[in-house]
Amino acid sequence: MILYYLALTVICVLTIALFHRKVDVGFMVYLFVGAQLALTVHACANLHETELVYFSYDAIGVILLVVLSIVTIPAIIHSRIYMDRHRTSPSARATYYSSLLLLIMAMSLGYLANHIAMTWVFTEITTLSAAMLVYHHRNKLALEGTWKYIFVCAISVTFIFIGILFLSLSLMHAGSNDLSYANLLNNSANLDVFWLKLAFIFIFTGYTAKMGLFPMFTAGIDAKDKAPSPAGALLAAVLVNLGFIGIFRSYSIVSNTSVGQWSRIFMIAVALITLFVATAYMIKVRNIKRLLAYSGIEQMAIVILGMALGRVGCYAAILHLVMHSFIKSGLFFHLGQLFRVYKSKMIENMGGYFSYNPFGALVLLLGLFCITAIPPSGLFISEFMIFKTMIASGQYWLFAVVALLLTVLIWAFARIIFRIVFIPQETENKIDTPHISPWESATQIVLFLLAIYIGYGTPSILVNLINEAITVIS
Amino acid sequence: MISLFYMSIVNRMRGYVKILAAQGVIMFFVALLQLNEVNVLNLVWILIETIVFKSIVVPYFLFRIIKRNNITREAEPFLPYFASLLITTAIVVVTILLAGAVSDTYLDKMFFVVALSSIFFGLYFIASRRKLLSHVMGYIVIENGVFILSLAVGNEMPLLVNLGVLLDIFASVLILGIFVNKIGDVFKDTDVDNLTELKD
Repeated sequence: MILYYLALTVICVLTIALFHRKVDVGFMVYLFVGAQLALTVHACANLHETELVYFSYDAIGVILLVVLSIVTIPAIIHSRIYMDRHRTSPSARATYYSSLLLLIMAMSLGYLANHIAMTWVFTEITTLSAAMLVYHHRNKLALEGTWKYIFVCAISVTFIFIGILFLSLSLMHAGSNDLSYANLLNNSANLDVFWLKLAFIFIFTGYTAKMGLFPMFTAGIDAKDKAPSPAGALLAAVLVNLGFIGIFRSYSIVSNTSVGQWSRIFMIAVALITLFVATAYMIKVRNIKRLLAYSGIEQMAIVILGMALGRVGCYAAILHLVMHSFIKSGLFFHLGQLFRVYKSKMIENMGGYFSYNPFGALVLLLGLFCITAIPPSGLFISEFMIFKTMIASGQYWLFAVVALLLTVLIWAFARIIFRIVFIPQETENKIDTPHISPWESATQIVLFLLAIYIGYGTPSILVNLINEAITVIS
Repeated sequence: MISLFYMSIVNRMRGYVKILAAQGVIMFFVALLQLNEVNVLNLVWILIETIVFKSIVVPYFLFRIIKRNNITREAEPFLPYFASLLITTAIVVVTILLAGAVSDTYLDKMFFVVALSSIFFGLYFIASRRKLLSHVMGYIVIENGVFILSLAVGNEMPLLVNLGVLLDIFASVLILGIFVNKIGDVFKDTDVDNLTELKD
């Protein structure tokens, strides 16, 4: 199945990129979405199977694959709206769609890869395709964002490779040379500790560029700012999951060794620094897209924090990640409407959104409640679980610091959104406000409601999958 | 190794490119001598890649960019050349000491020293130069270091060398090469000081 999927994607991408004048681009895109859904259904039906040696449908991979496929559909719809409103030229459209499909394909296979080198290869492909999306507008700022993104990602990918090399050295001490995750887990007791520590540091640092954590988060911020908002949604909501899976899989190996405790302290430190950085930037940010990007960094810090707190925390972290994907993509999709009303991304140009687009304003408010984990948001449940774990394990100081930072974050976020929604605009430009159909907000509402539903009535199938995924963590 | 020292003092862009090409050639021979246990076809592929990409294609692209944008010399590095030389020496000494502390039966110490010092030097080079093109070259130095490191474990795991090769081609030539072409057109003097508009 993966072979067919891969072949079909390559065909779609190539035909769109090369023959966009002759073929119907929309048809090829729908064909790809069909393949994506087919792969997802196939993955769900064949849990624990392995295909083409390097891919297996394990629990965590399948969870994230389903999330990706759910987010893909609105992403395609909103891309279409975006292209129509901006009157994008056919060739730019073709480039956009082909890199979008390539990105989705690379992420899907990156989730499913069971070999550390394969995850790395697909991470590299996401860098390439995401860079094309960031460069969509072809102006100077977009170029700057793209350049920074590519450069930081290239370095981070090199870091991951160095980490893999160190890991292979560590594995040689265990008398094995098969770098699949299963084999690494089996040999985790015999791995050489020194090289393993180095490997974990390098791999972790490398994946922070994708996930958006402390040392390398900057590239992702610029990229999400400059990419068109539907593409930004994919970068902010599901590409981070690829970074997560890279870290999760290597952490699952490390946690079973004697350096497990060390790695947990390391991750808590990174999470705290990240939270601090996100808070500092969110207070002074002036661009709504960057606000959302920094909020994503904050959420990822919470995920890593949860992961460092043992099994219950890990469960909460994965739940958090799933719901975050839905909510964050919903918010990014909504930015398209916001931009059409104000023709600007700067917060000082916005205001009185409620009078221009009442329905959209309600959606934005719902999104605010969801992303800041105010009940009824599903994120509330997972954050509550993480906090409970912190208190149960007696880490009161950690709890106090995180709670304080989160309070500031919620204040910063809510202040900006309330300003956009309620406070009247300083300069009036009511004349050319376009009418926006409430139907365009439908996908956002579905995504938000899905996140709430998952938080409060977590389907038992998801619970089982997450529980299965965390059995490798000790 | 010596090429790193040279690179820290030379300030002409063309000089850098020549060093990179020379490093490619050295890498070719190192790979030839080191990888004596992988199968022939694989070895040939790796060797062809190193000689073609590392010492012909990448330097050629860099030369072309330099010519088109009329970049002759590194404007002004943040540090004087003498300090640069000292830092490079320090990096090498530290890595030798580090490698002495890390004795491992599975890792040739020589490779470890060279690889690690290239990686650190590359990072230093990126941090200390202004031109975007110098950043690209610093990145290529890092890639070379990583390649050496992968050669050190290559006999046991040829897969890693292949992957390194494959994706280094991908990264260095495709992305950086083509992108600097475009960046050169938009930013006339490709200086990092021009890349500060995107911030908070």
